[in-house]
Amino acid sequence: MTSKNPEYDFKWCPGCGDFGVRRALESAISRRIIDTEVAVENNVVVAGIGCSGNMVHLLEGDQPYGFHGIHGRSLPIAMGVKMGNPDLNVVVVAGDGDFLGIGLEHISPQAARNLNITAIVMDNGVYGLTKGQSSPTTDLGVVTSSTPFGKTEEKLHPFKMYMSLGVSFVSSTMSSQVRQMSAMMSEAMDHPGFAIVHIQSPCTEYNNTYELLKGNARKGIPGLAFDIPEDHDDSDWDAAFKLASGDGIPLGVIYRDATRPTLDQRIDEVSEKVKVKTVESLLESYAI
Amino acid sequence: MKNTDFVVRFAGEGGQGVVTSAEGFAQANAQVGYYVQTFSTFPSQIRGGPVWTQTRVSTKPVRSSGDDLDVLVAFNEYAYNEHKSEVREGGVIIFDSGTFELEGIENSFGMAFDDLARSTGNARAANMVVMGALAYLVEIDQSILEQFVTKRFTRGRPNDQEIIESNIKALTLGRKEAENSGFMIGQMADAIPPEGEQVLINGNVALGLGALAAGVDVYIGYPISPATSLLIWMENNLPAPGKFVYQSTSEIESITSIIGAGFAGRKAMTATAGPGFTLMGEGIGLAWMAEIPVVVVDVQRGGPSTGLPTKTEQSDLLTALYPGHGDMQMPVIAPGTVEECFYAGYQALAWAERYQGPVVVLSEHMLAERNQNIPKPDISKLEPISRSVYTGSNGYQRYDGWELSPMPIPGNPGSYVANGSEHDGMGDTTHLGERHVQMTNRRFSKLKLLEDGTYESENTDASIVLMPWGGSKGTGLAAYEELTEQGADLGWYYTMFLSPLPPKLLEELKTKDLVIVPELNYMGQFASVLRSYGVKAEAITQYTGLPFKVRDLVSRIQEKVGTQRKESVTA
Repeated sequence: MTSKNPEYDFKWCPGCGDFGVRRALESAISRRIIDTEVAVENNVVVAGIGCSGNMVHLLEGDQPYGFHGIHGRSLPIAMGVKMGNPDLNVVVVAGDGDFLGIGLEHISPQAARNLNITAIVMDNGVYGLTKGQSSPTTDLGVVTSSTPFGKTEEKLHPFKMYMSLGVSFVSSTMSSQVRQMSAMMSEAMDHPGFAIVHIQSPCTEYNNTYELLKGNARKGIPGLAFDIPEDHDDSDWDAAFKLASGDGIPLGVIYRDATRPTLDQRIDEVSEKVKVKTVESLLESYAI
Repeated sequence: MKNTDFVVRFAGEGGQGVVTSAEGFAQANAQVGYYVQTFSTFPSQIRGGPVWTQTRVSTKPVRSSGDDLDVLVAFNEYAYNEHKSEVREGGVIIFDSGTFELEGIENSFGMAFDDLARSTGNARAANMVVMGALAYLVEIDQSILEQFVTKRFTRGRPNDQEIIESNIKALTLGRKEAENSGFMIGQMADAIPPEGEQVLINGNVALGLGALAAGVDVYIGYPISPATSLLIWMENNLPAPGKFVYQSTSEIESITSIIGAGFAGRKAMTATAGPGFTLMGEGIGLAWMAEIPVVVVDVQRGGPSTGLPTKTEQSDLLTALYPGHGDMQMPVIAPGTVEECFYAGYQALAWAERYQGPVVVLSEHMLAERNQNIPKPDISKLEPISRSVYTGSNGYQRYDGWELSPMPIPGNPGSYVANGSEHDGMGDTTHLGERHVQMTNRRFSKLKLLEDGTYESENTDASIVLMPWGGSKGTGLAAYEELTEQGADLGWYYTMFLSPLPPKLLEELKTKDLVIVPELNYMGQFASVLRSYGVKAEAITQYTGLPFKVRDLVSRIQEKVGTQRKESVTA
């Protein structure tokens, strides 16, 4: 909404990975509007706090609904939106601090419920907006403003965790690959259930990992990111877990299970089964 | 002269049938037109531990659970020792001689509750043995209890008749034991049945019914005493196509998810107690900031921290008014009776929808656990309110202006950003000073839409008035009636709408020399709020985990009035 709202002066830093994520999300939503013939206002983007959260204000073009909530709570807010109106396409945008730090407790229950939403996680391995503190995905030993003598806790392994918690769609991509990101977001939105698109989205200011991820042949840096082999069976949990647990950053869909019922489907089943009680009938049941 | 009032306390251990005896006795008497009220207190554990429940039966509406006991039913020796001092002169103690023996205690008789029950062939009928004995002591006709038993156990099962017969046998055995004891309490006057249909419910059920009557769509809650029963009630009674009721994993999840549902256009609520309410503070601020209707019920218990999870206290008022950081003030509705719980649940949703923001219902353990007969609410007279919805096209400035504006609903044109950061008309973040001024004023201006709260008043010419709040209403009213009967020149004010206070009420209070506020907390919280509005208010406090006794309140009011009079003479 930047072009329409001169008061809004938030800017991502030049080179920030989140620019690419924004372009991918804009095109995924546009494509969805065309493919499903549903209006843009049927999409809701729920954001937490951090650089990533500002996505809701920076989307250009036709505007979806946005929710810029409080730190770490984008998933439960999204649950309320989705269960309030299951016809909506609900997308969470969060950073590694928001999603894996303060908001970590909310991943497990949504995985267990198979809430039918898409979570886009922009992982830059640092708290950027507060100027460079360590995050759950910062490497052990790294010096940041809050770890002046090196980080003393081990790095969280998001893919392994998503797999263990039972997330029904786990995918991984990189902010420099806009087309792959966008396609993956579309798949995630189409996936019936809790879908996570985990994106390496480097912070050029505090944790510039572009070279580390992509590699640099000239400098002899091999690059952490690699494309998932074509023969990977993403319906095979064991194979997916192995891939998720291995070295490097696999790019592509790691795991998907489209056979599990979603939370709204389960709730529908219950409400179709129960005998609906009216206030009048309930009052009658307490009559003396 | 016949008795018009009867108070019995059942005391024992969790799992002995203490609560079912008390509630059964209340229900049986309510069925023939007596006014009844129960009060329970129990430990925070699953089985065992000291439990007691008190039932009051009266020919008139019951204000409080009763100061003194006509009868104490002691299920074990500990219970006897703990409660014997509260039995009035001429009262009777029934003890379970199958558990312990009492020698040489004049006003008591024993009977073996379980042995007598087993002799009927129904080991679960011990509470009926007790009820039979009680009925004899106050000369309540056996047929009343038989009707109750027949109604309760006619459940369409093959062994209904067998169970009914054994229970009636148990009633008769208990009755005989009481007869043999030679004690009598005196005959209870005939019931004067209240006009109109009545329902027998507790405060949490009443709240749930009120919310349903207001059209609640979404309920999300986390178990916590004493709000758990509302979650369970909702789980059982709210499900329907298009409705969503769910147990969350924390109070943080509860509040943020109902905010999501409120944003999506639904009437959403949660209920919790003090510890959970504190966790919700940040979320409630978000609902205030982003202007999203939600209802949060805080069923108070003793605090701070884990405090007294199963005792009663009115110590969350200040937290309810200011649950979060920054400039905000919650609308707060604090029901004082079971009947008011229904209307509080109803009105809270109406308020939330009308002003587009969070509303707090401040209930209490003593209301949540109180069973009482109340007039059946006439829902045909209710007209549930829904928020003003934006129906135009895209490009709408949802937060434009200094006052309430229609709210767009996702799925319809009018996309905006609901934002916890300060925002412009579209909901995009801004830190401009003038915008913060506009938006802050806008949010506070909306409270003016909630100044329609009603209040009670009596003897308004008096310069000294009594004004309890919440669950202390009943004892406060009983004390007020007693004092005015004695000729005291005392006024009475009461409202469940604590914030915003009805403006006319506040005006009247400001003219008084003294507003006495009985409240169950240490700090005198409501009195301090009233003082901040310029009312000369003083609190009478108690923080024992139990409600006031009328007798104590009467003497403490007299004391305060006396001091006030003395001071004004000196002046």
